[in-house]
Amino acid sequence: MNNRLPETSNAHLLTGSGEGLAAVPRLPEARAVDRRRFLAAGAAAFAYGALGTRAEVAFAAAPEGGADAARYRNLLVLVELKGGNDGLNTVVPVGDPAYARLRPKLAIARDDAIRLSDRAALHPALAPLLPAWERRELAILQGVGYPEPNLSHFRSIEIWETASRSDEMLADGWLARTFARRPAPASFAADGVVIGDNDLGPLAGGGARAIALADPEQFLRRARLASPAGERRNPALAHILKIEGDVVQAASHLDGRHAYATAFPATPFGNAVKTAARVIANDAGVAVVHLSIGSFDTHANQAPTQARLLGDLAQGLAALESALREIGRWDRTLVLTYAEFGRRPKENQSAGTDHGTASVHFALGGKVAGGFAGEAPRLDRVGDGNLPHAIDFRSVYATVLERWWSTDARSVLGGRFETLPILRG
Amino acid sequence: MPIARTTLACAAAILAIPAVVLAGAPIGEDGARHLLARTGFGPTAAGIATHAPLDRETAVARVLATARTSAATAPPPALLSTEPLRPVNEQSSEAERKAFRQQQIREGIALRGWWMGEMLATDSPVTERMTLFWHNHFASSQQKVRVARLMYRQNVTLRAHALGDFGALLHAASKDAAMLLYLDGVRNRRGAPNENFAREVMELFTLGEGHYTERDVKEAARAFTGWSLERGTGTFVFRRLLHDPGEKSVLGRTGRFDGDEVLDLLLARPETAEHVVAKLWREFVSPEPDAAEVRRIAAEFRRSGYRIPVALSGLLATDAFWAPANRGVLVKSPVELVVGTLTSLDVAPGDMTPFALASAGMGQNLFSPPNVKGWPGGEAWIDTSTLLARKQFAESIARYDESRTMMAAGGMGARQRGGRTLAPDAAEGFPIIDVDDEPKARAQRIARALDRAFRELGFSASRWLASLPGDGPSAKRGTAQAILLPIAPAGSGIGARDEADALAFVRATLLDPAFQLK
Repeated sequence: MNNRLPETSNAHLLTGSGEGLAAVPRLPEARAVDRRRFLAAGAAAFAYGALGTRAEVAFAAAPEGGADAARYRNLLVLVELKGGNDGLNTVVPVGDPAYARLRPKLAIARDDAIRLSDRAALHPALAPLLPAWERRELAILQGVGYPEPNLSHFRSIEIWETASRSDEMLADGWLARTFARRPAPASFAADGVVIGDNDLGPLAGGGARAIALADPEQFLRRARLASPAGERRNPALAHILKIEGDVVQAASHLDGRHAYATAFPATPFGNAVKTAARVIANDAGVAVVHLSIGSFDTHANQAPTQARLLGDLAQGLAALESALREIGRWDRTLVLTYAEFGRRPKENQSAGTDHGTASVHFALGGKVAGGFAGEAPRLDRVGDGNLPHAIDFRSVYATVLERWWSTDARSVLGGRFETLPILRG
Repeated sequence: MPIARTTLACAAAILAIPAVVLAGAPIGEDGARHLLARTGFGPTAAGIATHAPLDRETAVARVLATARTSAATAPPPALLSTEPLRPVNEQSSEAERKAFRQQQIREGIALRGWWMGEMLATDSPVTERMTLFWHNHFASSQQKVRVARLMYRQNVTLRAHALGDFGALLHAASKDAAMLLYLDGVRNRRGAPNENFAREVMELFTLGEGHYTERDVKEAARAFTGWSLERGTGTFVFRRLLHDPGEKSVLGRTGRFDGDEVLDLLLARPETAEHVVAKLWREFVSPEPDAAEVRRIAAEFRRSGYRIPVALSGLLATDAFWAPANRGVLVKSPVELVVGTLTSLDVAPGDMTPFALASAGMGQNLFSPPNVKGWPGGEAWIDTSTLLARKQFAESIARYDESRTMMAAGGMGARQRGGRTLAPDAAEGFPIIDVDDEPKARAQRIARALDRAFRELGFSASRWLASLPGDGPSAKRGTAQAILLPIAPAGSGIGARDEADALAFVRATLLDPAFQLK
């Protein structure tokens, strides 16, 4: 192999270094931090910005680390209810005579449910959320959905996670788009951390520094294999080195050992919450933590499965609240649930429910303005069909972007969506 | 990022040594490596030696002459079963559904392992690369289709036409059972049209976005009504009573079109050839198609009656394909990474199933693309999670190097040792993945199977290095690096210390960022 290009000749092997391309300036030990400061400094911003990612370009264009640090100290915790949770048996429309008719087997008895108002009651397994409701730190978002709903798990979760219209395919998650425009400061461990799942969901796509922590110990072990130093000779290589940098940055800031007095439930979701709480305890910030629980895809024999999952969810969220109060972060935490869809109001022949449309979701946190938002389901109108939505899910996102992070929602969501009055000023 | 591209092009122009290659000049070892990496799965020393003396045209012709229309290896017998298909439905009991799911998962995993094994064993890697390309183009997913056997049949169809006629491929893929299920063709009937297939066939399979109207979609959907599947066999059947025989207007033409006629209307448009050639460019040449070249090659492609080898040899003949600036500018897909690494390192596992699952862990689960657009590919292959999965793959090869496993086993054969320590796991009968497994349990089960698979590879870095051409250790390392990396190492991970240690050298090369590129 003597006729290889000079850059791949054996010369660098003999010297034991990769200095073949002296013409390309090297980044000084390209930690993400250094790279971004380097960019902001402006000197070689053109050269590197040209090879860099959108995030870096955006950062270079708007170097307001201070404002971004303050903004993203407001933590967003997303909880995905995988498979599509049955909203009617989560927040039960006790006052609606159609409910029992649609749910001959599955209706939750009025006396079992936890009464919140004369029209709505919580599934009994959600009792651990009652203290937050009473403190008015729990908002119940009724009828969250979107026009022309798609009933496929895969497509509908994609719609939610990319914040697209029903008939529109977008490549990047809505949070990835947010961070591409306005990244978290370089001092943060990451823009977002996804726990217990390899799918980055709303953080997927170019632009976000997103870390998937299926298993934090495994991540830290594997992270030693990453090394961001190198010559960014083409865009593909520059991207790989950027990601290597993200890994190193996150790993150097994530210490999973914070000891909480809070006891975490010994469930898969409880474990994920514990990991989340430990990630959040690190001094280096993260702007988003993504958790998931499921499967809520209860086509048959729904009652025991949903009761178990809602119990896990409520206990896990109560533990999260307790842990974040311990470290003084609860007032700067907003927890939101989401799912691809709710379920059909009319139960099926297998004591289960099939894929539906709009559903109920929770917002929880120290700054949440508790109470009901949206509209209670109007069961008298649905027949065998599905519920119309009262809140477009993109209004929930707009609320996060504008009210929680004080950033522009329109450019991320591709349109104007009203914000919801679920946060205290 | 127009600025980025310009800067890059300038940088590349300065850096690259202008390679003036006259027609008829040999492509050399670099050229051979490039051609084989781009059209196959990881070059080998032998492949490079064979192709290096040939000129461009002869080398490309030799690659394309290997084309096959069927697989070289036999699939798992369950996939050939002619037992009637009995998918479950809403009336089925929970036990029936679970048994069905379990069986389909099992067959689906065997299917994935088989295809990866075919990629490794075939004498025509370009056939498998094209089959994979069409799998991504005519994307269908077992997540929705559910029946593994139908995914296998689609794979057979895609391979039969992989290097044949695009027109015949389009017709066959459109009537394929998995496709009719995946894009709801079976639900598309007279009076109740479902537009899913009609939209995607225009947007993704032929014309591309912006070259058709909503009206075209609606009208075409009516033409496709009546396309259905026979219950029990999944064979295509045209149900006349469900077909809408009325007049339709599609792309400015009006007639009582049926589905085949609409496909022919789509094939008659130049945009179709351009759309396909541009996509082939991004797969084989570079991330940024050259519009003029694409138009030129697309015109030849269409004139030839959509002969796929015409498009492919046209692309592989461009100066852009051979330009030094375009080496190492594409990201390997996980499947290419896995199959290519095993090919280059000259190891052949008996069972590729665990490696198919490793690819899934890196973001490419064969037969389950994320949606009808297929895997986005390119830089999207690499995020923190998938990059670490890729690095772990390289690390595992080094960790289970024979020199280490022998040591751990006190000099005993690694295989026996592996077999004994993992006996309890083997009794579980991998590759069974239980549908009830929590994700973590599933991940652990896959990790154990992969560990065993790596152990059983019996790879030895020192033996592999010794087998390569080159005078002396330093030259052999040059050869090794040239086989494994498309460009010089990007990082500085390969240190002086590694020069003395074959395993450390191979490990550092596999962990270099440039190893992710082709």
